[in-house]
Amino acid sequence: MNSYITLTPWDLALASIFVLVNAGLSLALELHIHRQMLIAALRMVVQLSLMGLVLTALFSVMSPLWTMVAALGMVLFAGREIAARQERSFTGLWSYGLGTVSMMTGSLLVTIFGLTAALRPDPWYDPKYAIPLLGMILGNGMTGIALGIQGLTAGAMQRRGAVEAQLMLGATRREAMGPVIRQALRSALMPIINSMSVTGIVALPGMMTGQILGGVSPVEAVRYQILIMFLIAGGTGIGAVTAVMAGAYRLTDQRHRLRLDRLRPAKS
Amino acid sequence: MLDIAGLHRPGLMPVSFALPSGACIAVRGPSGAGKTLLLRAIADLDPCEGNVSLDGVNRVSIPAPSWRRQVSYVPAVSGWWADTVGDHFQNWSAAAPLLAHFKIPEDAAAWPVARCSTGELARLALARALATQPKVLLLDEPTGALDDETTAAVEAVLLDRIAQGAAALWVTHDTAQAARVASRFLLVEGGAVHEAAQL
Repeated sequence: MNSYITLTPWDLALASIFVLVNAGLSLALELHIHRQMLIAALRMVVQLSLMGLVLTALFSVMSPLWTMVAALGMVLFAGREIAARQERSFTGLWSYGLGTVSMMTGSLLVTIFGLTAALRPDPWYDPKYAIPLLGMILGNGMTGIALGIQGLTAGAMQRRGAVEAQLMLGATRREAMGPVIRQALRSALMPIINSMSVTGIVALPGMMTGQILGGVSPVEAVRYQILIMFLIAGGTGIGAVTAVMAGAYRLTDQRHRLRLDRLRPAKS
Repeated sequence: MLDIAGLHRPGLMPVSFALPSGACIAVRGPSGAGKTLLLRAIADLDPCEGNVSLDGVNRVSIPAPSWRRQVSYVPAVSGWWADTVGDHFQNWSAAAPLLAHFKIPEDAAAWPVARCSTGELARLALARALATQPKVLLLDEPTGALDDETTAAVEAVLLDRIAQGAAALWVTHDTAQAARVASRFLLVEGGAVHEAAQL
């Protein structure tokens, strides 16, 4: 079981050369993303190291309260990331609130389902299961929700004439926004469909690989991975539908008007 | 029929006037003066303040979709949401006689919207709005993209609707057309709306 190879900081430093090569390529080809590349790599190292410490602490205290606090913190960061990825964000509290609340709804529902109905650790809030599970669901759900909101706001801007033409002829806001909503949901759910179709052939997911490296039998690791993929699909679906429907509600009003004034101007 | 009292929003100073059944008011003013804001405010497409009522019923008590079927706004540039022309009509065959007046053939239902000319789209958008039998027409340069012959055809259809009891607010830059279709005139300048003796 415990025959895994321990990595030293030197091993990691060696592998980080590839990030430096990427940054160098960005400079040479004038892509102007070397800063972002280095900051993202640095963030990853700092965040993961902190997560390592946090998980160690959570495992030793085994408190439902602290597990919840860590979960909530992760959801809030995911919400911030969704808001940061938007080209045009909503005005006011909706800017941060829409992605965060949708993410929370989707991810907490499926995480609690996964813990209580499928994995059933004892106790059910055992952070060893709860936090990694939530993390994987958030990581994927975040992409879907960000794409969904982006699709909704960009679609409403681009199809403004078409949406308003229907409103002028007496369509309800639901009818007029229908095509925009459907398109946004399709783009939100496409990544998880793509990822399910190639998993096992092209892509071996990180968690499964990790379990195999840790000595778990491949057949067991595959079962875990299938469960996770279903939960991710569920969390992304619930989160994206919540975000796109609530966003479409916000982009229209009680008098069935299209309210693009509730979006901030595009970031330059 | 249509009563407007103190209607205003940013860019449009309070405006009040009455538009009785069978009347047509021509509206004129430079670009950006607020003509479109005025028509959109009446159609309840933008948030605005003031009272607007139809046949004595305040629009706040009428659901917005129902209001817009009765008070129909036809913008200068029309929007299209489906691929073919026919998909934009609830009942294409019922609209056929009207389309014939507009010199649009019956097989136009299958035309791709992307292939239509500006003039065809203008007439199709007008026909699409008239098909719901609105009581009030808010027309933003309905013949702006048309040649003399089709302009005459469109004017005839619209004047016929007005003679049958509809009311119209008709934006036009053509003073001769304003004199032909309207008996009253509104001037829009810098967001202010004034009644004028002529345009």
